[in-house]
Amino acid sequence: MNLLPNLRRLVQNLVTQRTLKTSSISLSENLFVHRDSAEDNPDIKFEFNEENKKRADAILSIYPEGHKRAAMIPLLDLAQRQHGWLPISAMHKVAEILDLPKMRVYEVATFYTMFMRKPTGKYHVQVCTTTPCWLRGSDEVLSCCKSELGIGVGETSKDGMFTLSEVECLGACVNAPMIQVNDDYYEDLTPETTRKILNELKASKKPPPGPQNGRFAAEPKGDFTSLKSEPPGPGFKMQDL
Amino acid sequence: MASTLTRAVFTKPNLNQVAVPLGNVLVRKQQTAPPPTKEKYGPLADEDRIFTNLYGRHDWRLKGAVKRGDWYKTKEIIDKGADFIINEVKNSGLRGRGGAGFPSGMKWSFMNKPSDGRPKYLVVNADEGEPGTCKDREIMRHDPHKLVEGCLIAGRAMGARAAYIYIRGEFYNEASNMQVAIAEAYQAGLIGKNACGSGYDFDVFMHRGAGAYICGEETALIESLEGKQGKPRLKPPFPADVGLFGCPTTVTNVETVAVSPTILRRGGKWFAGLGRPRNSGTKLFNISGHVNTPCTVEEEMSIPLRELIERHAGGVRGGWDNLLAIIPGGSSTPLIPKEVCDNAIMDFDGLLACQTSLGTAAIIVMDKSTDIVKAISRLIMFYKHESCGQCTPCREGINWMYKITERFVTGNAQPAEIDMLWELSKQIEGHTICALGDGAAWPVQGLIRHFRPELEARMKKFHESNPQRRAAAN
Repeated sequence: MNLLPNLRRLVQNLVTQRTLKTSSISLSENLFVHRDSAEDNPDIKFEFNEENKKRADAILSIYPEGHKRAAMIPLLDLAQRQHGWLPISAMHKVAEILDLPKMRVYEVATFYTMFMRKPTGKYHVQVCTTTPCWLRGSDEVLSCCKSELGIGVGETSKDGMFTLSEVECLGACVNAPMIQVNDDYYEDLTPETTRKILNELKASKKPPPGPQNGRFAAEPKGDFTSLKSEPPGPGFKMQDL
Repeated sequence: MASTLTRAVFTKPNLNQVAVPLGNVLVRKQQTAPPPTKEKYGPLADEDRIFTNLYGRHDWRLKGAVKRGDWYKTKEIIDKGADFIINEVKNSGLRGRGGAGFPSGMKWSFMNKPSDGRPKYLVVNADEGEPGTCKDREIMRHDPHKLVEGCLIAGRAMGARAAYIYIRGEFYNEASNMQVAIAEAYQAGLIGKNACGSGYDFDVFMHRGAGAYICGEETALIESLEGKQGKPRLKPPFPADVGLFGCPTTVTNVETVAVSPTILRRGGKWFAGLGRPRNSGTKLFNISGHVNTPCTVEEEMSIPLRELIERHAGGVRGGWDNLLAIIPGGSSTPLIPKEVCDNAIMDFDGLLACQTSLGTAAIIVMDKSTDIVKAISRLIMFYKHESCGQCTPCREGINWMYKITERFVTGNAQPAEIDMLWELSKQIEGHTICALGDGAAWPVQGLIRHFRPELEARMKKFHESNPQRRAAAN
């Protein structure tokens, strides 16, 4: 019963106090629609190479009969690894292999952040800036990457070597701050070690991944606080079965 | 907690609970809390540690794993049958390690029904993405055989024909280690046809995701595994009835599965003897943020928070008194300020009493130099980014919360907006299909609960230095 006066008040409020925004809102850093371009259009043919065809068969074999669709994400990933990024013709190829409407593939390719639907540099530098990394100085690491590579977040360098992304938690929080370059994690960074890694990559060398401050993995730096003794052998304090 | 004022609250006819006042909010606790079994919990002795290669100092491959006691008498365990395994897990009091803490023995027993002809599946949730959490990664890269063996044992308990390990796409090297371990196990006849010579056929497959936090939710994970967008399903039907490929499925966390072989070997009683009753066992804790030596460590449940940090992480940067607040269980759990941290106990019930939760036991420590509002605002940005967009309260509400908390960082707001934000978070919490909305609402609620004076002080300061500026609320 109170609906109408309330509505009227709301409209009045809108008119008198609020100015409506007309600019479109941006929900994601990536464009969801596909726009044909010279390097990405359906006329460019995409084909898996021989080696990847075998891999594709191996991927398809682990899912039960009638559920080939489950192989969608692994196949898209395979196509991206072969091509460097994921063009629309690769999506069409995957749709063809899985015998699905193209739309089903577009849906998946746009949902997951690891699918790069535009040309990506040889080295994809992903800086984690979520709270645990931020607490330990990911801002400095990010600004170091920006100045060292001369590009902003979401951009690719002109020579096609580097793409810089700001990403959400990559799951290496006790080794914060960290960056991921392609498949490898570089952890426990400072601006200096970040610079060193980027310079080695520029020289086409692969710096050893992992923590950069002398740790091996997720152990406390310095002396161990646990696991100081040799692990016990088989059957240690086993119950009677 | 010092006050003795208690009040009986009846939520269900037969469930008698008491309320304990904490601050000005009432917290319900189970009245029938069992008496503690021990005086002191933690530190854990090295011989009681399950993950003996947590730091990767030993060989992670089959040879090294067998030397450390993995795959020992697995056939005998499987031969004892599903009821024995489920009973042992029930006796151990193991609760799911993925955040919700559901009793694992009970969950596994849901699957142990007469077959209707459909195959059953075990799905291992290795889509670890909660900020602060990095425990499963250590298991998968340094102790992969514990997980493979755990899959076989858990699979046997459920009568599953195969296990799919859904690992987040970014963990490429971890997935590669797991794949090597699976291949080794196949070659040694430990899994596959006639696994371990027990006459039971069981397959283990790896499946890599592609970067979506939401796929850590069990039904979203199933959707993603089926090659769709990772959008959670409405429940019921629960995955135990209709799950992966329309078949009965159980989704469990990596740690839960990986600890099960050791529980079966050493007995549920041993596991139940660690930690307080109903919170038993050992747990991997991740200590990150402003501590001197951040690390992942396996400790006994119910260890006091302060002891855990000071023993293993070298203490808070600048001493315990420099502590501002701690997020005790991964980013979704509400933060607790220093005065609560002083006496907090790291287990399910202990943290519930502090109005927070154990979650994944990922401790994010923040010292006094932290801009706490900015830290929480950054977490809300994470949830905004990761919302799948299916439910309106989550998709729109988190964006609003982000906009409001961003203004709170500078203080460009009215004090009344704090209540508005609280109300907003309550409108999101519980009104979505999955728990991501809840997970986004709780950090905000924790911030308001404990740092309201800080928020108000910032607003006051902002308005004093910008007298001409109207607050954005108008």
